[in-house]
Amino acid sequence: MERFQYTRARTVPEAIGIAAQSTTAQQSAPIRFVAGGTTLVDLMKLDVERPTRLVDINHLGLNAIERTADGGLKVGALVRNSALAQDPAVMRDYRVLSEALLSGASAQLRNVATTSGNLLQRTRCMYFRNTAMACNKREPGSGCSAIGGENRTLAILGTSSQCIATNPSDMNVALAALEATVHLQGTKGTRAIAFQDFHLLPGDTPNRETVLEPGDLVTHVTLPPPRSGTTSRYLKLRDRASYEFALASAAVVVEVAGGRFRYVRLAMGGIGTKPWRMTAAEQALTGAPVDEATIRQAATLALRDARPQSQNGFKVELATRCLAHALRLATGMASV
Amino acid sequence: MSRARESSRAPGAPEAPKVIGGKLPRIDGPLKVSGRAVYTSDVSLDGMLYAVPVPSTIASGRIVSIDAAAARKLAGVRAVYYRGNLRPFFRSAPPQGFSGLIDEKRPPFEDDVVRYYGQYVAVAVAQTMEQAKAAADAVRVRYAADAHNVEPHLATEKPFRTESERGNADAAFQSAPVKIDQTYVTPTEVHNPIELHATVAAWEGDRVTLYETSQAIMNHREVLYQMLGVPKENVRVVSHFLGSGFGGKLWPWTHSILAAGVAREVGAPVKLVVSRQSMFQTVGHRPRTQQRFRIGAGHDGKLLSLHHEYLNQTSILDDYGEDCGEATPFMYSVPNVRVISALAHRNIGTPTAMRGPGAVPGLFAMESAMDELAIALNIDPIELRRRNEPQQDESSKLPFSSRHLVECMQVGAEKFGWARRDARVGAMKRDGLTIGWGMAACSWGAMRSDAQASVEIARDGTVTVTTATQDVGTGTYTVLALVAAEATGISLDKIDVRLGDTSLPPGPISGGSWVTASVIPAVSNAARVAVRSLLTMSTTGPNAPFAGAKFEDLQFANGRVSRKRDPSTGVPIGEVLARANARAAVGDGQSSTTLGGEESKKYSLHSYGAQFAEVSWQPETARLRVSRFVSVIDAGRMLNPKPARNQIEGAVVMGIGMALFEEARYDKRYGAPINSNLADYIVSTNADAPPIDVTFLDHPDPVLNEFGARGVGEIGLAGTAAAITAAVYHATGVRVRELPVRIEDLLRG
Repeated sequence: MERFQYTRARTVPEAIGIAAQSTTAQQSAPIRFVAGGTTLVDLMKLDVERPTRLVDINHLGLNAIERTADGGLKVGALVRNSALAQDPAVMRDYRVLSEALLSGASAQLRNVATTSGNLLQRTRCMYFRNTAMACNKREPGSGCSAIGGENRTLAILGTSSQCIATNPSDMNVALAALEATVHLQGTKGTRAIAFQDFHLLPGDTPNRETVLEPGDLVTHVTLPPPRSGTTSRYLKLRDRASYEFALASAAVVVEVAGGRFRYVRLAMGGIGTKPWRMTAAEQALTGAPVDEATIRQAATLALRDARPQSQNGFKVELATRCLAHALRLATGMASV
Repeated sequence: MSRARESSRAPGAPEAPKVIGGKLPRIDGPLKVSGRAVYTSDVSLDGMLYAVPVPSTIASGRIVSIDAAAARKLAGVRAVYYRGNLRPFFRSAPPQGFSGLIDEKRPPFEDDVVRYYGQYVAVAVAQTMEQAKAAADAVRVRYAADAHNVEPHLATEKPFRTESERGNADAAFQSAPVKIDQTYVTPTEVHNPIELHATVAAWEGDRVTLYETSQAIMNHREVLYQMLGVPKENVRVVSHFLGSGFGGKLWPWTHSILAAGVAREVGAPVKLVVSRQSMFQTVGHRPRTQQRFRIGAGHDGKLLSLHHEYLNQTSILDDYGEDCGEATPFMYSVPNVRVISALAHRNIGTPTAMRGPGAVPGLFAMESAMDELAIALNIDPIELRRRNEPQQDESSKLPFSSRHLVECMQVGAEKFGWARRDARVGAMKRDGLTIGWGMAACSWGAMRSDAQASVEIARDGTVTVTTATQDVGTGTYTVLALVAAEATGISLDKIDVRLGDTSLPPGPISGGSWVTASVIPAVSNAARVAVRSLLTMSTTGPNAPFAGAKFEDLQFANGRVSRKRDPSTGVPIGEVLARANARAAVGDGQSSTTLGGEESKKYSLHSYGAQFAEVSWQPETARLRVSRFVSVIDAGRMLNPKPARNQIEGAVVMGIGMALFEEARYDKRYGAPINSNLADYIVSTNADAPPIDVTFLDHPDPVLNEFGARGVGEIGLAGTAAAITAAVYHATGVRVRELPVRIEDLLRG
């Protein structure tokens, strides 16, 4: 762990002003915001992140959950995961988000982890976290140890020849299905980023994970108004019953009318290098009858582009089944 | 600090608990739950420095150079040691019995060869742990790497060694009407006690005190005095509380020797706490095993031949044999048996004993094969085992001291509801899920080792029990207090038990589930001798209250000495001792090992049990959970059923991990155990622990000790994985022979 300077920011402009001096807002950023610290402090102890300055944003407010003018929800960046999961409006209108949050980490971690921190959660790829081994995400150009290595838990969608690391967040999967918007404030003012544009594919620059630039502070996330008549569910599959990252997970938001899918939003986790929207399957399902054959077909279609590694070929089948079963749960075709 | 109990009674503790066989909470519980129990890494001494080792980042090769210049310049750094600037250590002599044991025999820095990833190549010493860590990270080591081998598939390097043989297992197998021939694999498992290994070393002149996370302090001293090259009496080892060890803390590891060596060199006390990552590399593990198990049987299910052929991984440095065939020769009645073993050397750290060593992986293979035989024969697996129940240990031809396996299975079947089982795969449903049931038998050796103990009864009526064993967290403090209370008639709240210090009378290791059986006779004897010494003082000497009386005519009860025929003549203990001008009545006691002793020549000494598992299976998502468990254990008389039950429950939870989750994965290219943390090495969580029904048959085993008690620390893990994989097969139709069961396997179901 490196020595660092700690600054408690009192205002948003102050935090942004300090962070704007950073050379990057991505991997190896010399200046980092810290909120819950559940990812960052771990990575600092492992020497994966070596910031020289931490800007504590815990005292900036940004911790409210409010209705927006259009009937949606505005979630402050510093709302803790447990508070968000147990918010009555979230439990009522965005069940998939509550379920996703509660399926992640442990109660202790959820009590400190924040919305923006979860949004920026780093991969659990074992090579990223081990400085003795090559990793393009940690050290660009050093190589990817995961390709040809222990990659059972890693991605089958969105990978590149440089990186196959999975985005580990459960919350992100729900936010993708809910078509959330990420709101930033930076040196040039505020920006609103559609959720699916917020995270980047690894490509040749796996060290760049989001659109964030130096000084950009995530201030809040907004959710569109809940659609009446929709049901939403989150299904997470993993080895043990609790406290483990997903091997495959699915967030589904569906509206059924007259025995047909009228509205479908699907996203998956544990299998992609970023939270993965399943748009082809959404289109295939919309207007189609709610039956087993349709669901299976759509789930198979969703994984059509999967590119497994040496150890994670099973994830294609597992993810297909995961998405199909999440759809069964959301449509009442299954109860467990 | 050595007192395991607070001075006042814990709130809610029973006033006068029934002593033996009651359900007494641990007497050390209040200290532990309030954070006041001082564990090794809590020890803090004046002027203490911190040591952090530098682990190698290759698995095989030579150290070319070590550059510590940058590390030495960092704040707070006192020294960086490596081969050449630290006084060399000696190797210890081969062990005698259970003394002088060490698994990784090479002292640190003995040569410049690296034989496994994570081997310590240097150590940094600084004023704070953080400074020492920064310095260790700043040490630059250049290596000349050689090819390493961490290949999981195991092949023999030398001819198999015969472990046990009778009849002609090959011929009987060839001619058997029904055959099972399968290979079972158990992976590298890491103990992962919650308490990290740690050493605090403090020298005074040429004497050293080592605060250790040790399950065997006497052995630790025996090894360390030799390796440090000092007289034995100059080494004191202290281990008051342990956050468990599961066998990983039995024998000394390199960090302990390093801590002692650098403390001597730097001239200050040194604390060294092993990192979680290093605990996957430098403090042992259960080695990977690969076991071919052949059974030949008649159509009636009668066993004709058992052939158990197994290999285990060991390190390049040491030949560690995992005794997988331990239970094979005596478990069932069968005329032809062959058990053979071999080692496969790999560039990994040296393995060591892990909870139920040998028997746990071995019984996974044997009991899985028995389940496969039951299916092949279409015989109920309990009935199959009943038909092969032996009348004696057919290997040693000795009677069993106490064996109630059939009763374990009967009681378990009743508790579990086994009669309602539909044996067809996938036939049982509940709440929209498929249910699978499986069972397995198990055994674990019963032994007693040498032990000494002292008991003092003081003027104020308090009792002090001392013995240099240690409480690994299982309740040894409590059980010894119980025994002393029973033997002296003095109430539990007046009994102080002191353990975990080599300056006390030599006690046994906390391993093999032996402590209870070993040390209670010593304590019981010592207590009786102390009482007799009190009675003798009552009858002899100028001021004796019962001068001239025979001590046989006296009794000690309720803190008073009196004539047996007239309890009203009672004299308080304080007065007896005052009149004799004695500080205390004292007694020493001992017990001797069964190893090579009379009992082991006359009896086959083992505990038995039956494990029943239920799994629930969601076929669409391949989601499998253990939903219910019944364990029936025949381990003699239970002295304190509460912590004993806790041992079985904990072992079952560990067995769920063994069956479904745990595996250290080695990256073939780096040779490193890559999932070396508790997020990537998956163990059971609370959410994975189902309702566990534990029953002790409570039949005393009179051979081991007067209380008829055997230990329960390990047997709960034996057979558990086999019961679970049998249940997995029943639910899914997938027979998993290579642990752990993975979603990958289940997707085939």
